[in-house]
Amino acid sequence: MRNAPWLGTLTVVGSGAAALTIILLVVVVMANILIGGWDTLSWEFLSAAPTEGMTAGGVFPAIVGTFLRVILMSIVGVPIGAITAIYLSEYASQRSIFARFIRFAVNTLAGVPAIVFGLFGLGFFIQFVGGGMDRAFGDGVELRWAQPNLLWASLTMALMTLPVVIVSVEEAMRNVPRELREASLALGASRWQTVYKVVLPNSITGLLTGGVLAVSRGAGEVAPILFTGAAYFLPHLPNSLSDQFMELGYHIYVMSTQSPDVEATMGIQYATTLVLLLLTFSLNFAAVYLRYRMRKRAIA
Amino acid sequence: MRSSDLYTRKFHVSEFLAEKLIAATAFLSFAVIILIFVFVFREALPIFSSSEPATHDEAVQEEVETYGEEALGEASQLRAAEEKERRAGSIEHVEGNASLRNLLSTDWQPVSGEPKFGLLPLIVGSLKVSLIAILLAAPLAILAALYTSTFAPKRVKEILKPAIEILAGFPSVVIGFFALIVLATFVQDLFGTMYRLNAFVGGVALSLAVIPIVYTIAEDAIAAVPKSMTEASLALGATSWQTALFVTLPAATPGIFAAVLLGVGRAFGETMIVLMATGNAALMTFNVTDPVRTMSATIGAEMAEVVFGDTHYNVLFLIGSILFIFTFTLNAVAEFYIRRRLLRKFRGG
Amino acid sequence: MTTSMDETRIRTEGLNLFYGPKQALKSVSVDLKKSRVTALIGPSGCGKSTFLRALNRMNDLIDDVHVEGKVLIEGVDIYDPKVDVVELRKRVGMIFQKSNPFPKSIYENVAYGPRINGVNDRSKLDEMVERSLRQAALWDEVKDDLTKSGLALSGGQQQRLCIARAMAVNPEILLMDEPASALDPIATAKIEELIYQLKSTYTIVIVTHNMQQAARVSDDTAFFYLGELIEMDETKKMFTAPSKKQTEDYVTGRFG
Ligand SMILES: Nc1ncnc2c1ncn2[C@@H]1O[C@H](COP(=O)(O)OP(=O)(O)OP(=O)(O)O)[C@@H](O)[C@H]1O
Ligand SMILES: [Mg+2]
Repeated sequence: MRNAPWLGTLTVVGSGAAALTIILLVVVVMANILIGGWDTLSWEFLSAAPTEGMTAGGVFPAIVGTFLRVILMSIVGVPIGAITAIYLSEYASQRSIFARFIRFAVNTLAGVPAIVFGLFGLGFFIQFVGGGMDRAFGDGVELRWAQPNLLWASLTMALMTLPVVIVSVEEAMRNVPRELREASLALGASRWQTVYKVVLPNSITGLLTGGVLAVSRGAGEVAPILFTGAAYFLPHLPNSLSDQFMELGYHIYVMSTQSPDVEATMGIQYATTLVLLLLTFSLNFAAVYLRYRMRKRAIA
Repeated sequence: MRSSDLYTRKFHVSEFLAEKLIAATAFLSFAVIILIFVFVFREALPIFSSSEPATHDEAVQEEVETYGEEALGEASQLRAAEEKERRAGSIEHVEGNASLRNLLSTDWQPVSGEPKFGLLPLIVGSLKVSLIAILLAAPLAILAALYTSTFAPKRVKEILKPAIEILAGFPSVVIGFFALIVLATFVQDLFGTMYRLNAFVGGVALSLAVIPIVYTIAEDAIAAVPKSMTEASLALGATSWQTALFVTLPAATPGIFAAVLLGVGRAFGETMIVLMATGNAALMTFNVTDPVRTMSATIGAEMAEVVFGDTHYNVLFLIGSILFIFTFTLNAVAEFYIRRRLLRKFRGG
Repeated sequence: MTTSMDETRIRTEGLNLFYGPKQALKSVSVDLKKSRVTALIGPSGCGKSTFLRALNRMNDLIDDVHVEGKVLIEGVDIYDPKVDVVELRKRVGMIFQKSNPFPKSIYENVAYGPRINGVNDRSKLDEMVERSLRQAALWDEVKDDLTKSGLALSGGQQQRLCIARAMAVNPEILLMDEPASALDPIATAKIEELIYQLKSTYTIVIVTHNMQQAARVSDDTAFFYLGELIEMDETKKMFTAPSKKQTEDYVTGRFG
């Protein structure tokens, strides 16, 4: 059997067919959403708020909410991720127990389900930190921080996307040739000077890639914000960190599962999905492009 | 001579601070894991500690609109009025008791007059959907990975890889939406299933999220098989498919195994897809065309409307703890296999 | 080592170096003199680079390295915990086998050292850059495009840029690990010429596989074999009348 020609054909054709099937699945989903959402998608849809009990109008507040959330998330997550990557790639000895613990933690973090991050956000940020803040600064009656809001949702998301940033930045730093570090150190530069003046400037692309990937992942993830800050409908845009916010992914979820007349809003649902898909896609393409450039440079 | 001041080792404040700060920040990842552990388990703990109602002074959380249990099968038909009523019911809640017996029962009715917190249907539900997803995703992804790294011409490979990895960028709510609107109807028309949303639809949708993970890691594992090995085989006159099947695949087995484990972990923990596509009925059946309610979906659907601190709330955190432990274990095992593969890769030169 | 009355600048005493369990240097004791060029020769893997990197503690960067014995520079044991490594490396410059300019402009490459030492005054930097480039015999070739990337230079020019960069921090000692091994004969000749000119100001230690080169540029030669220093003497003597059989075999190419 080891040299039966049919087995050879089967292997090549079978594996090729598998690859093709996956590509087809990707195309079908994309085409379906593109076709379904195209007619409704318009400038007005992007720039107007929902009207008539969410059965008409646009998704502007949801876009703003998503935007605010990923910005806040990046402001917190990208620096922390980058510094962790610096530690792992530049400071830690590969054998140090501490570094191994951190590496293990990063890998574990990458595998923690999004919904568990949501629980963590609820238990830690809202109940523990927010509750503590309210007890310390509040009047004891009104809840300000011990409830779902933009800040807690963003922080939860920042922790969730941390591994994405770390892995991407670390890869970029490892691509910086050892010779450059040695050149710098041999000139009497300290470790930090070497990191700051040689390693970081040469891994900017990786930093960008990491940030973009994290934003893309964060923009599309709904589970962690189900109960840490997203709201179905709000008449106002959020204007403080302690406000709740509307959000594209959450909007899709709510509209498609609990609106009283799903059929009537089908166009809006599709268009919202299309907006989210286009958003995450352009981000992913940007990341792929950056990474491609980075690898090409690493080879050269 | 200058050399005398070689001895006077200067204390570089900024250098020292930078190093400590960087190490402290790096420690954060580790701290977060510990914190997740502590805070998720902490909220689950009251179930085991006492029969007294847990005392949380946090107020009832009302603002957030979500939806909870779905009517059997038809998610989309749920009327808003019913929804309100049910939520009103849950606010003047009945303090349930989550004895071990209750937790191990086969009924999940957390908001009925006498709350039942049987986790079994949820566990079975998660396992059922994950199993379907991995059974569909793993063969497809592994074969596609084999094709990409061994048979595909370079040009095809350069398109194939990013194209499949695009799938990883699909937000899960998008996949869930597609499954809910399109896939469910398609499956029902095709097989004439009784319920539009069911475990099978959920599993198929979930496989879309699992494929890119298994594919990427398996492809990595296959590509990491030392060239010397495959070249030796080819030099002995084996054809490329024989080499792929009898040399490359076996050599990459630990990595592929890890890929599947991580895929299972992803499937098990995924929330939005199953929440939208499985029908969410906590039925204890093994029929794949019945609606099903998974652990993650239960948390996602119910957490926003429970009373902070009551038994239902604690039980949801208990479910979260189980999810966490399960995925944690899977990851640890997978990492063990990946590390072994890497070791081999480096030894293989 | 009775050949020179020059002052000792670097002295090692019983230097042992281990990579994990593997011993790469075995009790190396040697005196290197001021204002002289010392060539390190020996078969591949005998520990020449390891020895060189022990002199500015570049081996510190490798996990698992363990050093015993002493390396005294001007009488100071550089492995003493009180010694400032950063300061040490400013005194002991290093040129690597593979030229490694930063992906920055020529100017910024040379200005790197002064800048990390806190020199930010533009005119002072200009002056240091020019002086270093002149010392490295590169000034005339690059003076009109100092803003060009260092990577845009030819291999030989890149190596001289690295030398200029090292000299901009005013070291007293220059360590060169096969600085010309990747260069063509013309570029090699330029580097050798340069070494000849620099030796009055610097103590130079150079690793080379090229016997002719060792004979041309060095005053003293040290022969390493399997991590041990077999013999060290004036280059002339080493190449004409070495006292050890192994040395003779190696320099005459009968080594096997
Ligand atoms: N980073 C390292 N880790 C472990 N062993 C090393 C390391 N660097 C060098 N060695 C070992 O130490 C010994 C001496 O190496 P070294 O690079 O000093 O030799 P060399 O004389 O410079 O050789 P070449 O002429 O090829 O450059 C060799 O056996 C080498 O394998
Ligand atoms: Mg060497």
